[in-house]
Amino acid sequence: MSTDNSVATPKRESLFSKKNRKLLKDPLSDSNPITIQVLGICSALAITVQLQQAVIMSLSVLFVMISGNVIVSLLRNLIPDRIRIIVQLVIVASLVIIVDEVLKAYQPDISEKLSVFVGLIITNCIIMGRLEAFALANKPGPSVFDAIGNGMGYAWVLLVVSIVREIFGSGAISLPGMGQVKFLPQDWFVSSGGFYENNNLMILPPMALVVVGIIIWIQRSRNEALIED
Amino acid sequence: MAINKNNTGYTFLFSIIMVLIVGTALAYTSLSLKPLQKKNAADKKMVDILGAIGVTTSRENAKTDFPIYVKERLSINSEGNVLNSSSGNVDPADSADPFNLDVKKDYRSKKPASELSFPLYVCESDPGETVYVIPVVGSGLWGPIWGFVALESDMNTIYGAKFDHKTETPGLGAEIKDNEFSDKFKGQKLREASPYFTIIKGGRKIEDLHSVDGITGGTITSVGVGEMIDRTISIYQHYFESETNSSEQ
Repeated sequence: MSTDNSVATPKRESLFSKKNRKLLKDPLSDSNPITIQVLGICSALAITVQLQQAVIMSLSVLFVMISGNVIVSLLRNLIPDRIRIIVQLVIVASLVIIVDEVLKAYQPDISEKLSVFVGLIITNCIIMGRLEAFALANKPGPSVFDAIGNGMGYAWVLLVVSIVREIFGSGAISLPGMGQVKFLPQDWFVSSGGFYENNNLMILPPMALVVVGIIIWIQRSRNEALIED
Repeated sequence: MAINKNNTGYTFLFSIIMVLIVGTALAYTSLSLKPLQKKNAADKKMVDILGAIGVTTSRENAKTDFPIYVKERLSINSEGNVLNSSSGNVDPADSADPFNLDVKKDYRSKKPASELSFPLYVCESDPGETVYVIPVVGSGLWGPIWGFVALESDMNTIYGAKFDHKTETPGLGAEIKDNEFSDKFKGQKLREASPYFTIIKGGRKIEDLHSVDGITGGTITSVGVGEMIDRTISIYQHYFESETNSSEQ
C-alpha cells in the first residue's frame, strides 16, 4: 500500500498548494496504481483491446473513485470502525451499480463489451485502497485530489496500453461515439495482396501484460527514485 | 457531544440508515432508467433475430429492418397450436404481440411448458426463402444464456444461429457469442427425436450432421447451449409436425 500522507492543516490552504499538487501528481508517476503499486491489473489487461472501451472504463473508474472518496471522507467521523470495510464496500458497490445501469441505458453496445468488468470495478483494489488509506483519514477536498490523481494514473496507463494494442492488433483506433476508424489502406493487408498483417497476439490479454511491463521498464529506468537494488 | 463510534447500538443504527438510503437510491436509478434499457433490449433482440438469418444490422436500423425480413410473428402453445399472430411494426406496448413474450422470464419461472406460450418468427431470408427463427433460453456456467436458432423451410436444417450470454467467462464460455461458434451450426440437421441436437466435447466426427464442437474450456456453457436447443426444439416440434402434415395433404 502506498504511503498515507495525512493532510491536517488548520490553516486554509490554496487550491493548488504544494500538498494538493503532490496528491494529483504522485499517482501519475511515482506511485502510479498500476505500474508501481500493481493494483487494478485484472481490468487493465482485459478491457484494453479497444481504445473506446478503455475510455469508458477509465471514466467509470474515475467517477466511482471520486464519488466514493468524497462520500467516505464526508462520513469519516460517522463510520463505525468495526464495520468500515463493509460500509466502504456498500458505497462502492452502489456507485458501480449506478454506473452499470447508466451504461446499459445510454451506451448499450459498450456496456455489452465491458460485460462483467463494470461489475468488477467493485473489486478494483485501487478504489478500496484509496478509501481505506486516504479518504477515511482526510477531508473531502484533498480526497477529491487524491481520487483524481489515482483515477488519472489508472486511466493513462489504460489508454496507452489500449492505443498500442488497437493499432497493432486491429490496425485501427476507436473513440466512443465515433466507432472504429481503420486508418491503414485495405490493400496493404496480406489478404488483399499486400505486405501487412495485424498482430493477433496483441488482441489477447497476455500482450497487455507485456505492454504494461514495457511501460514499467521505461518508467523505472527514467526515474532513479524507483530503482531498487 | 462526541458519538461513541464503537457502540453496538450505534453500529446497528448506522447500518440500518445506510441500507435505507442506498436502497432508495438504487431503486430510483433502476426505475428511472428502465424504459431506456427496455428499448435497448428490444432493439438488441431484433438485431439478434436478424443475425440468426444472416442479416447484419445496427441498433439504430433494427426497427426499420425488422419488419422487412420478419414477415409474421406467431405465438404457439406446447401442443403446437397457433395462439396469436401479428406482423408489421412491433408495438412494445401490445402484450398480444408475440415479440413481447418474455421467454427469459418464462424460463426462470419454471412453469410447465403447457402453461406457457412460445414465440416463433417466420422470416424471409435474402434469397427469398422462408426461415423459422426460434428463441432459445438456458443456463450457462454463471448465469443465463440465450439465442436464436433459424431453421430452413424443411424445418430440419439449421439456417443460422446467434447466441448471447449475461456473465459467462470472457475468453472461454463467452465465445458462444462469437460468429466463429454460431457459424458452425449452419447446414447442420436436427435428429428425428430427442436429443435433436448435441454439442460435443472432443472427438466429434466430421461427417456427423447433428452436432457441433463445443468450446474448449467452456464445457458447461457449451452443454447449456445443447440443452436449451434440444429442450426448445422438442416443444416446437409439435408445431412443425402439424405444419408438415397439413402441407402434405
